[in-house]
Amino acid sequence: MATAAAGIVSTPIIPEQASLWSDAWRRLRRNRLALVATIFLTFLVVVALVSLVWTPYRMSEVGVTATYAPPSSAHLLGADELGRDLLSRLMVGAQISLVVGVGTQLLVLAVGVPIGLLAGYYRGWLDNVVSFIINVFYGIPDILVAMIMVFLLGPSLRNIIIAIVATRWMDMARLVRGQAFSLREREFIEAARAAGARPMKMLFGHLFPNALGPIIVQATLGIPAAILFEAFLSFLGVGVQPPTPSWGSMANEGVAAIQYAPHMVIAPSIALSLTLMAFNFLGDGLRDALDPRSRR
Amino acid sequence: MRNLRTQFKTDAGPVKAVDDVSFDLYPGESLGIVGESGSGKSVTALSILRLIPEPGRIVGGKVLFHDQDLLQVSDEEIREIRGRDIAMIFQDPQSSLNPVLRTGFQIDEAMLAHKQASPQAAHERTVSLLKKVRIPAAESRAKDYPHQLSGGMRQRAMIAMGLANSPQILIADEPTTALDVTVQAQILELLGDLNRELGTAIMMITHNMGVVAGLCTRVIVMYAGQIVEQGPVDQIFESPQHPYTWSLLRSIPRVDALRHERLRSIEGMAPDLLRPPAGCRFHPRCPFRIEKCLTDEPRLEEIHHGQIASCWVTMDRARAEMKADELRDISPGAASGLRPGEIIP
Repeated sequence: MATAAAGIVSTPIIPEQASLWSDAWRRLRRNRLALVATIFLTFLVVVALVSLVWTPYRMSEVGVTATYAPPSSAHLLGADELGRDLLSRLMVGAQISLVVGVGTQLLVLAVGVPIGLLAGYYRGWLDNVVSFIINVFYGIPDILVAMIMVFLLGPSLRNIIIAIVATRWMDMARLVRGQAFSLREREFIEAARAAGARPMKMLFGHLFPNALGPIIVQATLGIPAAILFEAFLSFLGVGVQPPTPSWGSMANEGVAAIQYAPHMVIAPSIALSLTLMAFNFLGDGLRDALDPRSRR
Repeated sequence: MRNLRTQFKTDAGPVKAVDDVSFDLYPGESLGIVGESGSGKSVTALSILRLIPEPGRIVGGKVLFHDQDLLQVSDEEIREIRGRDIAMIFQDPQSSLNPVLRTGFQIDEAMLAHKQASPQAAHERTVSLLKKVRIPAAESRAKDYPHQLSGGMRQRAMIAMGLANSPQILIADEPTTALDVTVQAQILELLGDLNRELGTAIMMITHNMGVVAGLCTRVIVMYAGQIVEQGPVDQIFESPQHPYTWSLLRSIPRVDALRHERLRSIEGMAPDLLRPPAGCRFHPRCPFRIEKCLTDEPRLEEIHHGQIASCWVTMDRARAEMKADELRDISPGAASGLRPGEIIP
């Protein structure tokens, strides 16, 4: 059909070439650690989704068993100081962690990408202003910014996410700015300008897709950082408020009882560690998979 | 274009990349602009669409398009003109297509940027454009990414993109330099056909005289940011009047050369545009220079019908008085006897 239309004799033999993304996916699959991480994270998402509708026990129900009960067949991970089922709480905690991690990074993308693109593409005074603001934010300690914001806004899940974004958007903005900076000199950007592309089209249609690889890696690696930050805030008591469990606040409660109920601190800590590791391995794998120089 | 002047600000002072250039481009014609690297031909082209990169600036002149000065219109208006009325294709098709977007989609975009068509209609037109530029299997090629196309196909796709909005002018900035010779010939033939069939005026920027001979009807020769000669292609090839044009034509290797000849080159280097030479800018490299050339700047004057050149000597005189056609040694000043040592400081 195609050859008839072109009116030439030979059928062009087009090898089934992988697109950018299927190519990256192929390379990602070959990376064992990243693959295991992906499977683990999928499992985690399923657990979080299940916990929305079902947990072994109500996560906030007090005294379903003895306080500080060790793990048993009825309560796989034991119970906490109020006799609440730890497994149920851990499952709900997964929800919180994922929402915080992913939600934060989505907001970071929404803030950092446009700012970075604008600054990197237009340069000049706009870039100076943005760079100055970025440096100011870098200059203030994270924990201070986050705690002040939580105090001002009140400790809800939404406000915690906003507080973490306030300390994390600069990395993304700076990365995207750097990408835009080098991409704007490329010929296809000049060609697009010569073809009369609108400014918005230039930024999001031409610059953004070319910077997507590093952006995805940065966002993936930002998720564990955000989860850890939330756990840290909750550990300090300015995070998610009881009775909603967060892995950080669970660990905090567990630390008090570490002498006689070590399972209380071990369970959330392992869940947290595995999740952080999985996101980091996935981010690393994506970095390799999306880097054209590592193309094998 | 009238008295265009474009300069690049540097720490050492302004570099006059284009210095007082004026010419006309008529509807449907194909005009060649030749010159060596740094002669200002690309900057001239970029100035038309106001695409001069920092720290360049257009400091004077007018670019008139249908009585509208493109240097005065708003950013939004010039954006609308880019790609719609005046399209441009670049030297390296490898790097001029966005690597992460499908080729066909990029051509669609060229139309959508100017609201020339609905997405559906744009896509249909893309496929027919790809057929028109003779890309085989156009439907499936439109779905390919640029890296899946060959160099020649990419340049064809670029041309298709350039033609997407049926522009009145297509500026081609060395469109064949990055391609091998057989593909070059095909691309030139394609451009010639499109010029005739669609009536799109083509402004071909090149350093290759052969390209000009094959495609253009009129040619402008630039040197050091200025036009040194302009006229119909036949006439210029037959009897170039500026020594620079003559040297350029002479340095084309000939397949029908009788014996094994050395490649002829033009001695010396293109001048420093920060401090262009006094008098005629070509004089430090010119075999026919006379004393007047060192001090007085020549102006463009009509020498034959339709052919203008800026030279105090002109090749007519060089042939008659300096035996230019028999000249073997074309080192600076060779024919006139005005040697470097004798130049009065």
